[in-house]
This record gives sequence, structure tokens and C-alpha cells, in this order.
Amino acid sequence: MNIMLRRFLGLSLLAALVGLGGCATTGGTPGDPLEGYNRAMFGFNEGVDKAIIKPLASGYKTIMPEVARIGVSNFFANLGDLWIGINNILQGKVGAGVSDFGRFAMNTTAGILGLFDVASNAGLEKHNEDFGQTLGRWGVGSGAYVVLPILGPSSVRDGLSLLAVDWHGDPLWYVGNIPTRNELIGVRAVDNRANLLDLSRLAEEAALDHYAYVRDAFLQRRRSLIYDGDPLPEPDPAKTSESGESKDRYTSARAETELALARITTQWGERVITAAGEELTPAQEFSGAAAQPVAARPEAAGVSGTVYEPRIPLNYEALLVASGEVRDGLARTSLAP
Amino acid sequence: MMKLFFALCFFLFATTVSAQELAPDAQVKKITNEVIDIIKRDKDIQAGNRKKINELVEAKVLPHFNFSRMTALAMGRNWPKANAEQQKVLVNEFRTLLVHTYSGALSTYKNEVIEFKPLRAATGDADVTVKTQVKRPGTEPVSIDYGMEKTPAGWKVYDVVVGGVSLVTNYRETFNAEIRDGGVDGLIKSLAGKNRSLETQASAKPK
Repeated sequence: MNIMLRRFLGLSLLAALVGLGGCATTGGTPGDPLEGYNRAMFGFNEGVDKAIIKPLASGYKTIMPEVARIGVSNFFANLGDLWIGINNILQGKVGAGVSDFGRFAMNTTAGILGLFDVASNAGLEKHNEDFGQTLGRWGVGSGAYVVLPILGPSSVRDGLSLLAVDWHGDPLWYVGNIPTRNELIGVRAVDNRANLLDLSRLAEEAALDHYAYVRDAFLQRRRSLIYDGDPLPEPDPAKTSESGESKDRYTSARAETELALARITTQWGERVITAAGEELTPAQEFSGAAAQPVAARPEAAGVSGTVYEPRIPLNYEALLVASGEVRDGLARTSLAP
Repeated sequence: MMKLFFALCFFLFATTVSAQELAPDAQVKKITNEVIDIIKRDKDIQAGNRKKINELVEAKVLPHFNFSRMTALAMGRNWPKANAEQQKVLVNEFRTLLVHTYSGALSTYKNEVIEFKPLRAATGDADVTVKTQVKRPGTEPVSIDYGMEKTPAGWKVYDVVVGGVSLVTNYRETFNAEIRDGGVDGLIKSLAGKNRSLETQASAKPK
């Protein structure tokens, strides 16, 4: 059943990406080329949510005592920490990755199979990572916004990551007994939805156009997650009235890439140091991101709102030496401010 | 005697000035703690009494918000297309909508710990981001960042960013589409309609 479900999801995604995009010309929102399909799927998901998932989640929230619900959420969150740790390491954030494994070890033992999040109290913060974020960190653009069947808001990059990669990092899919596995996945879905009841109500109340509100919140959220809460600042059109906001979305994927690159100041010598002073591991060093064009953070150039696309000339190294950026034979320089 | 009087005057003057010129992060901390204290003590608010929450927000929070800047930010390049009268109406309607959202978010507060991050700004900066984090065990902390600018009336919040999502700029695409379809007046109509429906919803099921 799950294989069929996954096939269905995969096919739908494929259909969304390849075929249905064509009938999306009615939308007209720049940066959302699949709007026609997306709105239809969003409506379908809303229907399913209203008819099945939301009532289940509300019922679950009503009958389960809060302590028990927190235990359930903690249990699933604990299992997720392993994959989060792996993704942190893939992104070169070794410290954070080790902390995630530490969380898992501590919560599985002292936290009784993850029912209690003792690690958070001990100062090991929970993180939010997945393979889509890892790709984003490596410089892969998000592609078009896509609403997946049942799974909801996503993008080409994040949707493919979710369906092709993240699934393998989810311990629940390795539970041998199929009915048990399905039950666990079902409970997790209901528990997740229950945790989002307040938030989804707020979003619905706040939105003029629910679809657009959720889409734009999703895109902002993902952008923020990829840079762990420290993304490029939004251009402020109150100051630079030239830069249209539709351009934001057009360029946001590119801006993502460029920020990732800007953070990697350079990588000659043995060490790679980001603008934030964070050291990168070979995993990130050889991720390919470093080989791509390096851009200064727009705000560093004092022109927030404009995205530059400078290319590294082939004789980059020589230029750096000539410009005095490389000193004392240390061969380490900084393109960042 | 006269000296003492002047000293006293100066002291009073100095304290009023320093109260007004609270650093932006200190101001956010002060207001947040005040609001949370009130929520913790008020059973009605915890039970979701929207009227009481709105009163709290009106009294404690709103004076520190710059709604015309917020509206301009949400409108983006369309802001200059609205004439002065339209701008006034827009600010008013958007304010109502944001206050509703903000109050709704406050009513979901459940003893979470709020952490205030050290301010990263140079002295003399007139535009800063004050970063806070809401911590709950089991989930990653949710950041709430306040974009603040220095005005003659003190520091004012012009953007609230929750978990990386700006409650202000998140409207930009929607506003664009509304203006594309029905002009500035179309947007005003939509906003007013939204606020009216929220109002009738609230009065239909008083909590």
C-alpha cells in the first residue's frame, strides 16, 4: 500500500512538473509557474484535510492528555534526529551533527526511548534539517513551487529530495512489520497535524488569499531554514522602490545560491572558512558549491535589493595575488566583508 | 539649596530621557516580559478571550509599532500608487488585520521560554533587528525577530519575522495580485471585507 502510495505521489509530482504546468498560464503570479496546478492541488489537499486529517487531529488532541501528546511528539522527533544529524554533517556543520547524535543517544536512554526530551534541557538544541535544505546549502536552487498531493507545499528540489532521499533516512520505514509501520506513520501524521492546528487556523485567519499566503510563507520559511535563520535580508522597496517584489521570488533561488557561495570565502590552503567564521569540512568543500561563482552579499555592496552575478575569471588566483589579497604565502583570502 | 534643586531637575530630566531612549533590544525585552506576565496572571486570556487579548495588545504592544511603515513594506512598489487618502485607509485596514493575527498568536502562548539574543548592531544604527527565540522542548526553537527603526518618538517595530517568515512581506504577492486585478481600491475592498468577516466570526462564537 505504501509503495503504491509513493508511486502515486511520485507520479503526481512528475505530472505536475512535466505536464500540468502547461495549463497554469491563468495564474500570472511571477515565480509560480505551476500556479494553476498548484491551486487545484491545494484545494484538493484542503478538502482531504477538512474531511479526514483535521478531524482526526482535533479528536486526537481532545482525547489525549497533553503530557501524553508531548511524549508522542518527542518519540517521533527523537527518531528524526539521526537523519537531521546526517544532514548537518553533509552541510559541513559537524558540531551541530554531533549534537544531534548526542541528542538521540541521550533521549533514547535517559529520555526513555525518546519520550522525554532531556537533551533540550541539557542544552542540546533541536535542529531542523532535511535533504532539500542540504541541497540548498550546496547551492541547488529550489525550482518552482509545487504543492504535493497530501504532503502539501514543496518545491521541485524539496519535493524530489523528500520522495527520493529523505524517505531513506526515516527510521519508521525500516520497521519490519508492515501493519505496525503503517500505524506508526499514521500516528505520526496525525500528531504532526495536531501540533499545527493553532498555526493553520492563524494562517487561515490572516490570509487574504489562503493559497498565496501559505505559498509565500513556505518559500520564506525554507529560505530561512537553509541558512538556519540568517538568510539574505528581504529587499526593502520602501527604500529601493525600483526593485519589484515579484523580482524577489524570481531571484530568490539565485540569491540562495549566491549567498551560499558568498559564505565560502575561499578555499585555498587547508581550511575553508565562511564569512561567519565557521569552518567547513571537506564534505562542503567538495560539494561543488565552492567551484561556482562567488558573489558578495548584496548588502555588503550597499545595494540591498540588487542581486549581482559576478563570475570568477579563470585567472582568479592570479588576480588575487596581483591585488594583494593573498599575502604572506598564506593563500587565504576573504571575499566577504 | 538652588544647587540641590538643579541637581534634582537634572536627575529627573536624565531619567526621563533614558526611559525614552531605551535600547531597542531592552525595549523588546521589557514589553515582552510585561505582556507575558499579564497573560500568565489572566485566566480569561489563557482561555482565549479575544476581547481581553485585543485590549492588552492595544495598550502594551501597538504603541511600539509603526503601521504606516509596515503597510508600505507590504505594498512594496505599489505603495506610491496609492494616494494619501488611500494610504490612510490601507494602513488602518492592514493594522486591523495584523492586530488580529498578533492577538491570535498571543492567545496560543503556553509557558514557552523566551530567550533574548544579544543585539548585533553598531552604535548609531537607526535600523536594527532584535532577535528572540521561543523555546519549547521537543521542537526546534522558533525565532521571532523584530525589525526596528529609530524614530523621533523612539524605537518602533516595522517588521515581525516568525521562524523566518515576515508577517508583513508575506502579504506582498497577494497585495500585488489584488492591485493587478482591481487596483488600489480593489485591495482596500478585499482588506475591509476580510476584516469584516473576521469580526463577524469573532462575534458569532465568542470564546
